[in-house]
Amino acid sequence: MKMQSKLMVMFSVLIVAVMLLSACAPAATPAAPAAAAKVIRVAVVMPSATTDMAFSQSMYSALLSVQKEMGGETAMEIKYSENMFKVPDAAAALRDYATQGFDVVIAHGSQYGSSVEEIAKDFPKTTFAWGTDVNTFGQPNIYAYTAAAEEGGYVNGVLAAKLSQSKQIGVTGPVEVGDAKTYISGFVQGVASVDPGMKVNKTWTGSFSDVALMTEAAKTHIANGADILTGSSQSVVGSIGAAKDNGKVLWFGTQSDQATLAPTLVVASQVYDWTGMIKEIIASRTTGTLGGKTYILQLKNDGLKIAYNSGYSLPADVKAAGDKAIEDIKSGAVKVTP
Amino acid sequence: MMQIFTQTVMMGILISAIRLATPYLFAAIGEAFAQSSGVVNLGVDGIMLVGAFIAFYITLITGNVWLGVLGAAVSGLLMGLLMSFISVTLKAEQGISGIGLYMFGLGLSSLLFKVLVGTVQTVEGFQPIKLPILGDIPIIGEIFFQHSLPVYAAFLLVPLAWWFLDKTTWGLKIKAVGQNPAAADSLGVNVDQVRYFSVCVGAVLAGLAGASLSTALVNLFQENLTAGLGFIAVALVYFGGWRPLGILTGALLFSTVNAFQLWMQVLGVNIPSDVAIMLPYLLTIAALVAVTNRVRAPAALNKPFERGEN
Repeated sequence: MKMQSKLMVMFSVLIVAVMLLSACAPAATPAAPAAAAKVIRVAVVMPSATTDMAFSQSMYSALLSVQKEMGGETAMEIKYSENMFKVPDAAAALRDYATQGFDVVIAHGSQYGSSVEEIAKDFPKTTFAWGTDVNTFGQPNIYAYTAAAEEGGYVNGVLAAKLSQSKQIGVTGPVEVGDAKTYISGFVQGVASVDPGMKVNKTWTGSFSDVALMTEAAKTHIANGADILTGSSQSVVGSIGAAKDNGKVLWFGTQSDQATLAPTLVVASQVYDWTGMIKEIIASRTTGTLGGKTYILQLKNDGLKIAYNSGYSLPADVKAAGDKAIEDIKSGAVKVTP
Repeated sequence: MMQIFTQTVMMGILISAIRLATPYLFAAIGEAFAQSSGVVNLGVDGIMLVGAFIAFYITLITGNVWLGVLGAAVSGLLMGLLMSFISVTLKAEQGISGIGLYMFGLGLSSLLFKVLVGTVQTVEGFQPIKLPILGDIPIIGEIFFQHSLPVYAAFLLVPLAWWFLDKTTWGLKIKAVGQNPAAADSLGVNVDQVRYFSVCVGAVLAGLAGASLSTALVNLFQENLTAGLGFIAVALVYFGGWRPLGILTGALLFSTVNAFQLWMQVLGVNIPSDVAIMLPYLLTIAALVAVTNRVRAPAALNKPFERGEN
């Protein structure tokens, strides 16, 4: 018992010391922002890693490129929290950033909606943005954003249908929700527009992160005769790896440019380009607008881009078909249903 | 539904199942060692992640998969020593320290990946090897004898672990310490030493499980590559009744049903994907219910041993 009470005393002293130290710290910071050029402070909370080659990476790299354009860290500060798949963790991080006085707080994950709705009420001077979704909850300081992933899916589908020789295409999906679902829906329509009889087989692994199962799903498609694969989520690195193992199976990507993973097998990727949206959100703050708008990335507004992989030699007529599909979607001649 | 019962598909399912079972076998048999001696190590997933990264990274920079495997084993050993120190010497609450170890492994592997590699890329890992005579047998050969080395190793581990735990003195000591450490102690068995040993063996195997993932199954590393595989491996230990053969059954059941549901989806069988995804878990639970009466945990599981204190 004596040992325990000694430990309790030590522990209490430690706690008090930590509390004193943390109370002392913030006194230093208020001095800094008073300086001349005001740094715009952006924080982002993401469900997976910034290196996921998919969803989170697309937002993070967009933020970095906007930062570079604005003049670096002295013009725009970026702080991020990644791997915040669990909503309570993310909510704590979001509230933390808002408390620390960040100007723009981005909740990059469709599971964060209710957290954003609640937290935004407590910080009326902070801009909140979240996605992928369209709901701004009627609050003046919330933006919502989403991507019309079905558009790029359609273009990829057109290209895939023209390139497939076995006439079997495999789709390795994660969970049948959100932009994974809409991308694949668009892809199937794209294939059907070229060849209504071509087989597109779909698998869902039930997880955004189970790479081992995704690899096995891809291998199953290949064993079944597919010579082209596509899919969505960070776990598709497994599918791309399986395509590479096979050596001849081609890949179509989405969310980020996935060409680096298999330089000779990735044909094209739909890239989410958030930079336009980010710049607009930041600029709007100067006119006092902190939210209330929904952004949709489309081919038309350059929010979505099709990145052809230069490492893969795409026949000219196939590329022409792809480009025509892009033009048709932009002009509205072709409507893709999500 | 009938498309499932063709030769190509059935063979495909079994081949996938054998491959998929590999990391589960390594990790679960390792955990069985630890738990047989009375220590619950919930940090398996974290150890797997560090092992997976180390194996991947060393293979990436040296081009030598074997060095990568060695590195994974060493990293597993180090994390095992850490867990042993916390659970056996410091006698901390095992469940919580295990979770802490998992988070440490997750964070460390992600940090190292970010700093040392930065972007996802593939490696030349273990390639499938066709065994000389066995691999040529018409159907059986293709299913069982054309896998990569880690796959063979994982399955060989089963009889090896059985022999070690059931037929050697050390195995007896491990089980004694897990059932009744006070009695074992009174007979001169060094309880702490035995527990250190079995936790470290478990951790080395967990490291190898991670290595099998990153250098044989998927041939790349991504943050949180295992996505909870280690925890399923721990569940498999319970499912298998702490016996290597039971674990093999559980691992194969789980991965076969997984392979089966993937093929069902690929062939367009008219079952909602959500149901297909649930199948492996449902069947494992059903099997658990069927087996439950005959399974007994090591009596001293999750209880730190203090000489003189019961």
